[in-house]
Amino acid sequence: MTSAKQELHREEMVINMGPQHPSTHGVLRAVVTLEGETVRGVDPVIGYLHRCFEKICEQKTWTQVIPYTDRTDYVAALTNELAYVLAVEKLMGLEVPERAQYIRVIMAELQRIASHLLWFGTFGNDLGAFTPFLYAFRERETLIDIFEKTTGARLTYNYIRLGGVRNDLPADFERETLAFLEKLEKGLEEYHNLLIGNAIFEYRTKGLGVLTAEQAVAWGASGPTLRASGVAWDLRKSEPYLVYDRFDFEVPVGQKGDIYDRCICRMKEMEESAKIVRQALEGLPEGDVVGKVPRVIKPPQGQAYAAVEAPRGELGCFVVSDGGIKPYRVKWRSPCFVHLQLLDVIARGELVADFIANIGSIDIILGEVDR
Amino acid sequence: MQAVLWSVLKLLIVLTFILLNAMLLIWLERKVSAWIQLRLGPMRVGRPQGWAQSIADVLKLLFKEDIVPSRVDKVLFVLGPIIAFMPALMVWAVIPFGPNFVSADLNIGVLYIAAIGSIGLMSIFTGGWGSNNKWSLISAMRSAAQLFSYEVPLVLALIGVVMLAGSLSLTDIIRAQQETAWYILYQPLGFLVFLIAGIAEVNRTPFDLSEAESELVAGWHVEYSGLRWAMYFLAEYGNLLALSALAATLFLGGWTAPFGLDFIPPFVWFLLKTYLFVFVAMWIRWTFPRVRIDQLMDLSWKFLIPVALLNIALTGIGITIFS
Repeated sequence: MTSAKQELHREEMVINMGPQHPSTHGVLRAVVTLEGETVRGVDPVIGYLHRCFEKICEQKTWTQVIPYTDRTDYVAALTNELAYVLAVEKLMGLEVPERAQYIRVIMAELQRIASHLLWFGTFGNDLGAFTPFLYAFRERETLIDIFEKTTGARLTYNYIRLGGVRNDLPADFERETLAFLEKLEKGLEEYHNLLIGNAIFEYRTKGLGVLTAEQAVAWGASGPTLRASGVAWDLRKSEPYLVYDRFDFEVPVGQKGDIYDRCICRMKEMEESAKIVRQALEGLPEGDVVGKVPRVIKPPQGQAYAAVEAPRGELGCFVVSDGGIKPYRVKWRSPCFVHLQLLDVIARGELVADFIANIGSIDIILGEVDR
Repeated sequence: MQAVLWSVLKLLIVLTFILLNAMLLIWLERKVSAWIQLRLGPMRVGRPQGWAQSIADVLKLLFKEDIVPSRVDKVLFVLGPIIAFMPALMVWAVIPFGPNFVSADLNIGVLYIAAIGSIGLMSIFTGGWGSNNKWSLISAMRSAAQLFSYEVPLVLALIGVVMLAGSLSLTDIIRAQQETAWYILYQPLGFLVFLIAGIAEVNRTPFDLSEAESELVAGWHVEYSGLRWAMYFLAEYGNLLALSALAATLFLGGWTAPFGLDFIPPFVWFLLKTYLFVFVAMWIRWTFPRVRIDQLMDLSWKFLIPVALLNIALTGIGITIFS
């Protein structure tokens, strides 16, 4: 009888999630402390994909760095190139022809759509719904075909160059892109019917993984992760670069900062990006796609920082030049690295299943976290 | 002597039937999922439509190295897949394939099925516990909680049918439906509860919490490979088939032909109705996200069980009024 009165023995279990795990989006290892199914602590272990990106940049000439930037956030390679190229252009004071600027905007926004499509698919997977993944990839495939036609590559484009872009848009780019955007509209409706509008989806995401606006700002979150918490901070609006100030678009903002809001923010962003692409295609000026660039790139001594609104958040590139043909230092400000630290904040106290949904909702790419 | 031979023959036919069907189901699942997901599915192994894919898979698994990880509880580890296969086979003893084709027409058929169904849990728990892996342990705990909670509404849903038919024997239940109408018309609530609880019972999305690939890697069979894994896999499909056959028998009149379409043999009708449920289960699996463990419990105890009890009460009232 006495033993029945004694309290049950309770113990926390430390579980090693990854680096090989279906839902860690690459090679993330998370040491998770569990009490039953409740998460009591998360300790992300990074570095499995570290390739000395920043150090290699110091060994390459200024132009040779561009293809390397593709490999950081490999899901949105064009925005990486853009961040680096903008920083170097700032340092050198290069003039970029207007047509090239428009093309850059179009490509960056299409890239955002491609990246969010991939996120949508994998997030469905995290929740146990396999079909959305294939649907999202159907649309993404069309987009990748357009990229291939334009840049010659499907994933790592090496398209944005110092002073402009590599080549002009192909002849039927406008027709194909508009056709894609129409297809995307239908696709987004289907995604809603299939996953986002599902009652189970709402049960699994609403009110979970809440990140308050104060927390988001304090931890340095950016992009959809920040905006879902109700902070309308988008570099395209607040510190416009390229020609973003000429377009009319909204910045979708969430209210509660839960997983659901982060999802909805991304879904709406795709629509807004489509809007921008349509406007840019309409107003696309004639002219050269590469400005006057010196034969040998030798930026003057100094430093420059440029940031772009990448699909995952504020992607910053800081370059230092000593006047030579190679960068003295390249520093990457990666949004995923910041967001990964949020895991412990948002997932603590929730269940294992929610932890997976949380990883999916902050949309990390380990290639960019580790570099 | 002839009776013994006949029953042995029946047994063999049933066994072959289940194994072949389980393999067919695996192929069908691939094809249905491919169809839903805008893919082709298997196309190369066997033409047309890659029909030999499952055979090739089973052969491959047969020839795989038999790995027993060093720290596992060997007895439980080996026992798990064997226990898994048993209930999937045993259920078929009482399911009528045709007017005179049932291995054992038990007069407590429904009760027997409810009892056999609980054994499936044992296999998952032994496998998960014996694997000595944290993921499989979580999975085993989950499935214990899950199967235990869903057994209750499942059995409660069966009670309505038994009350209508006035018998626990499956053959009698079919005959009763032949005289009146399919019980899905009398028992829409009971059927709904049965369908949801049944899908949870065979561990399929949205209730595949014990397998939960994106959370628990592969759940209780994370350490299994080769033939042992194949046995779990075949058992899973065997269970799905058994559940579908049960649904067809209890709610769609089993082998009886509707609309006077008697020229099609009863066995074919039985198969058609069974595969209708198989298809519905696959359809649900490939379009729904997974629920969470606490939501799963809520659904069972706070929704399904009250609804099932209400169904029993309504059935009771109906019987008293109309008889």
